Amino acid sequence: MELVFTEEQEELRRTLRDFCADKAPSSEVRRLMEATEGYDPAVWSQMADQLGLQSLAIPEQYGGAGFGFVELAIVLEEMGAALLPSPYFASAVLAATALLTCSDEAAKKDLLPGIAAGTTIGTLAFTEENGRWDADGIGLAARRGDGGWVLDGTKMFVLDGHVADLVLVVARTAAGLSLFAVEGGAAGLTRTPLPTLDQTRKLARLDFAGVPARLVGADGEGGAILAGTLDRAAVALAAEQLGGAQRVLDMSVEYAKVRYQFGRPIGSFQAIKHKCADMLVEVESARSAVYYAAWAVAEDSSELPVVASLAKAYCSDAYFHAAAENIQIHGGIGFTWEHDAHLYFKRAKSSQLFLGDSSYHREQLAQRVGI
Amino acid sequence: MVETPERDQIGAQALAWLEQNWDPEFTVREWWARLAESGWGFPTWPREWFGRGLPAESAAAVREAFTKVGALGPPASLGQLLGGPTLLTHASDEQRARFLPALARGEEFWCQFFSEPSSGSDLASLRTRAVRRDDGWVVNGQKVWTSGAQFADRGMLAARTDPDVPKHRGITYFIIDLDQPGVEVRPLHQMSGAHGFNEVFFTDAWVADDRIVGELGGGWAVATTTLMFERFMTSLPSASPGRHSAHLDLRAGDVADGKVKLEREGSPYASASKVILDVASRLGKTADPVTRGRLAALLLLERTNAYSGMRQADAVRAGRRPGAEGSARKITRSNLARTARDVGMDTLGAYGMLAGEDTPGGGAVQDIALSSPGASIAGGTDEIQRNIIGERVLGLPKEPRIDRDVPFRDLTVGTAETEKPDKP
Repeated sequence: MELVFTEEQEELRRTLRDFCADKAPSSEVRRLMEATEGYDPAVWSQMADQLGLQSLAIPEQYGGAGFGFVELAIVLEEMGAALLPSPYFASAVLAATALLTCSDEAAKKDLLPGIAAGTTIGTLAFTEENGRWDADGIGLAARRGDGGWVLDGTKMFVLDGHVADLVLVVARTAAGLSLFAVEGGAAGLTRTPLPTLDQTRKLARLDFAGVPARLVGADGEGGAILAGTLDRAAVALAAEQLGGAQRVLDMSVEYAKVRYQFGRPIGSFQAIKHKCADMLVEVESARSAVYYAAWAVAEDSSELPVVASLAKAYCSDAYFHAAAENIQIHGGIGFTWEHDAHLYFKRAKSSQLFLGDSSYHREQLAQRVGI
Repeated sequence: MVETPERDQIGAQALAWLEQNWDPEFTVREWWARLAESGWGFPTWPREWFGRGLPAESAAAVREAFTKVGALGPPASLGQLLGGPTLLTHASDEQRARFLPALARGEEFWCQFFSEPSSGSDLASLRTRAVRRDDGWVVNGQKVWTSGAQFADRGMLAARTDPDVPKHRGITYFIIDLDQPGVEVRPLHQMSGAHGFNEVFFTDAWVADDRIVGELGGGWAVATTTLMFERFMTSLPSASPGRHSAHLDLRAGDVADGKVKLEREGSPYASASKVILDVASRLGKTADPVTRGRLAALLLLERTNAYSGMRQADAVRAGRRPGAEGSARKITRSNLARTARDVGMDTLGAYGMLAGEDTPGGGAVQDIALSSPGASIAGGTDEIQRNIIGERVLGLPKEPRIDRDVPFRDLTVGTAETEKPDKP
């Protein structure tokens, strides 16, 4: 394990930073957050064709580039910093990880190449109206019909569920939880975009009425797939949170240097300087947690369940704290619609809750270390 | 992620030497003499002065070799950790030849006379006076928070030699002997009852002219470099150098194995969660959801801190400039100390009102609680650390200063309510 990056990884970061600065300036983020789809298909294609981002962490035999999770974390960090609107997290993290975690070689060969090429947008549907993040909250039923499996029920808070071409659904069968693949436009599937607090991140409600589905992996394997996927997704989300936290710290520091009150830059007052220092302390701790956790994913470490919850709990709170302090340091202008600070505040709050809030993950952590 | 063949090579060299030369049957004195000759005890010092001239980032590989072999580490009083590098940076060759051999061989223990009752965070406002007489200086004043003064042979002294210039310019850096009538060391007990520090009184103490390191009046620059030296070879099992601690004639193998109990510096918080978790289990509190969440929060901080330490070490090993994570760690340790204090004492509940070995945890939680303020004060308060992070890491502007261009004589220094600004 080395918690520092290679020159190639640093180069990837620079490329991503330039790409995001070019494709996701504030004006674009604001344009896309007003639109229902929530992303720009042209940018999505460029991400795939020019940078190969969707294929990054997918092995070569499934049409991917075969890099590891550390590279994926770098990409997410930069996307989180820019708030790049795209179904990347849904497709390249949730859907791809669920498929990679399952034992179904045929499904991997069929479904991963499209995700890797960016021609398929995938997502994972597991939460329901009860809002629970654990497997026990899942009630949507799968039954065997005449021609195969059929799904009935409702999924909620499905990331980019309204635009996904491929929905991987965790459903309950007689054997327990199982994973199913459903086409986005399948008959009997009603997709309703939900109004979101964080408009840069789209969520949908999916109602299933006798929707035909393909079993992915063995019947009853869904619980294991979900657990493995959610641990990796927690680390991925923590990486995104780290990027956002660093960005709001940068915004605060920049402003504190140029904003004058009482004849001096406000950053010279300890009240402001110490706020910024505390933000840095938390951002750097978040960075340590994310890089350690990304390493644990990349190495398939047995520590993963513990460090996944640790990273998610820490980064959720660090990001939200930084995003709130950023508004405070900016004062009045900081809570206006025209300033970008609120975009980060909303992303930070929404990400804090997504995949389970910090209390939930602290309890997970306690269980996983045997308390 | 980073290839470091050079580091591996240095580690292999150190390992080869240690395997050939380490013998637990040596006395501490014999082992340290041999180590000093080899240069492996102080790998970052130059070859002509008991080192191997290696860059800072290779020290970790040498340290690992010591651990692998189980050899006793090099002597590590502040004289070796900070005094040696300071002499190498600022002293004359005569001074190096005079002081470095005894430091390298662990024959001397040095302490640091910087802080004073009136000068905590604002070290440059120090008042201990050194006045010229004949071919030397007469020292009067008081130093405080002096770790290890009870064992020390000499001390690195920052004293005011010119009160008529602004405070940073009138300070001179001396090496003063403790074994003289004008130096009195008194133990200082912390709120936990432990004796970690001393206060040291100088009454017409004598220091010769050739003991000035750097320029007359240039002591601030020397003192600040002393404060910046990293402590490369710490955290190895080691004995206490110098004759006062009486370790030099012990069997080196016994000290390396931890058979001899030594007074060691170190954070008591490294395993705080373990102690507190144990107490929670014994008191049957681990099923309580609030306690569980707080125990997890403590564990989370502790582990994140450890990851930051690993990240910092990896960066140094890879030859990268240490990043912001180092500056942040002092504050995260304070946060951890306070969290351990609160979670620990709340877990003890009513037993937290009691002290001593008969309480759950054997008093360890109370020790953690009573030593927690030290984490955010000793070695630079959290507030000063936040200024350092704000100004040096984030580049925020400095606070306007009113004390930079005023002669020291005209400054108010120390605690105005309880003592008259009694200027030298």
